[in-house]
Amino acid sequence: MPGNFDVQYVARLARIALTPAEQEKFGAQLSHILGYIEKLNQLDVAGIEPTAHTVPLVNVARPDEVRPSLTNEEALRNAPAKANGLFVVPKIVE
Amino acid sequence: MSYEAVIGLETHVQLKTKSKMWCGCANQFGAPPNSNVCPVCLGLPGVLPVANEEALRLTALTGLLLQGVLPPYAKFDRKNYFYPDMPKNYQITQFDKPSSVGGFVEFECHGGLARVNITRAHLEEDVGKNFHFERHSGVDFNRAGVPLLEIVSEPEITGAQMAYEYLNALVEILRYGGISDCDMEKGEVRCDVNVSVRTQGARELGQKIEIKNMNSFSGVRRALEHEIPRQIEVLQKGGPLTQETRRWDDAGGLTETMRSKEMAHDYRYFPEPDLMPLAPAPAWVEEVARRVVELPLAKKQRLMSKYQLPASDAQTFVWDRALGDYFEHLAPRSKNPKAAANWIINNLRAKLAASGATLAELNFKPEYILDLMELVESRQISGTMAQQVFAEMFETGGAPNLIVKEKGWAQVSDAAAIEALCDQALAAHPGPVADYKAGKAAALNFLKGQVMKLSKGKANPNLAGEILEKKLK
Repeated sequence: MPGNFDVQYVARLARIALTPAEQEKFGAQLSHILGYIEKLNQLDVAGIEPTAHTVPLVNVARPDEVRPSLTNEEALRNAPAKANGLFVVPKIVE
Repeated sequence: MSYEAVIGLETHVQLKTKSKMWCGCANQFGAPPNSNVCPVCLGLPGVLPVANEEALRLTALTGLLLQGVLPPYAKFDRKNYFYPDMPKNYQITQFDKPSSVGGFVEFECHGGLARVNITRAHLEEDVGKNFHFERHSGVDFNRAGVPLLEIVSEPEITGAQMAYEYLNALVEILRYGGISDCDMEKGEVRCDVNVSVRTQGARELGQKIEIKNMNSFSGVRRALEHEIPRQIEVLQKGGPLTQETRRWDDAGGLTETMRSKEMAHDYRYFPEPDLMPLAPAPAWVEEVARRVVELPLAKKQRLMSKYQLPASDAQTFVWDRALGDYFEHLAPRSKNPKAAANWIINNLRAKLAASGATLAELNFKPEYILDLMELVESRQISGTMAQQVFAEMFETGGAPNLIVKEKGWAQVSDAAAIEALCDQALAAHPGPVADYKAGKAAALNFLKGQVMKLSKGKANPNLAGEILEKKLK
């Protein structure tokens, strides 16, 4: 439904604040993309099983073995804020 | 009008693996913050998850223990949401194709047997842990990516106590199967409660209220004891109940609104492109099935019927598996398994508790308990003396018959010797003798006790009683 695309809703889900101008611009662009994808509906898929994956591969797993982790220092190297070995984030309120 | 509650539980348990679900970081509680982390579980760009095969096995094993079905096809999906404890901004879970479907938990409740059907058990990953400070929050990602199994019950639970019993039975099964230690202190089990009320017998469900993130079963019970009457009261007053998520305030003993439905999340699930689907092969399932164990309830029932144990003894052996194994090692060779259970529960367990030792550290052979019982049975020692022999055996690891011989504790059944002791006791306690003659039968026990004391516990107590009675006539 390209026409009904709710850019505000998607922006809120993505935690992105958009100005009215941006809303209009991105809304139109995203609607256009969706319209393009709509073309897939023209494909005749009668008799084709739906699938979540296109690669014919199953049961890919690794043995349950512990491997070295990063050091705390390495883990926090790119963190904008850190304290007591923790990533510091804005106060979380439920 | 009377109301009934409809309760469904979503139970999350951390799987007992060495490493995390998608990476090789240790699945370990209590490590320094952000020390068991790597680019995969920190959600850094460009990394790829690889499933932990033991977690896949434990999930399948759970399905088998709950007698569910392992579908021939299962897959992973992304559940998208933003929260600081979720570094990737999505949680990998199983949405529409879980690894286990159906099954049930059977348990004792209100003096009978209850059964709650299981909707599904699906595999996902745990999130990081938040710490709250005055002006900021801090996040530790050691827990992020720990394999987490969510077991969803059908909405078939009808009350707070039943919910409590169900949860206890479920974790007992998981512990037995080696799925999870289910250590509540370490947060290895958490529970979301869905509860609604409706008029008795109504077919439609009432508005569902969710109570999130309960970390103790007694908390679940208390929350339901509060929440069910609260909802009934709202309905009785004619008020509407709206679907919402509430938080249980354990200290305050009440639930409060967390988020209403308008704020409900839109998780935009889609198949996880980085993980291939699962198609458990029959040989793989067979291998997992070899790890299926007898369920706790079945074990309790078997101990009761096979060895005539009282329910409480059987339950003790279910809860304490090592003690149960110890009993089952001896029981088939015991003439009186019920008495053997008594020795193990009342004497051995008490001694272990007092000394702080474990069963593995015992320095006497389990068979010595049977030997000791045999000494009592054949009247070579009295029951009281047996306690003394047991204490010695526990201490030194010596065989009971040797202890009795060495210490000279064999029971004296020589009538002449006991008679002499009886005479001594009667002469020393004229008061009780008079009491007995005046019709106070209990005085005989006192006198008997004196004879036992004089013999240092070795006199045959029955014989002592008989002789005393004869002499007092």
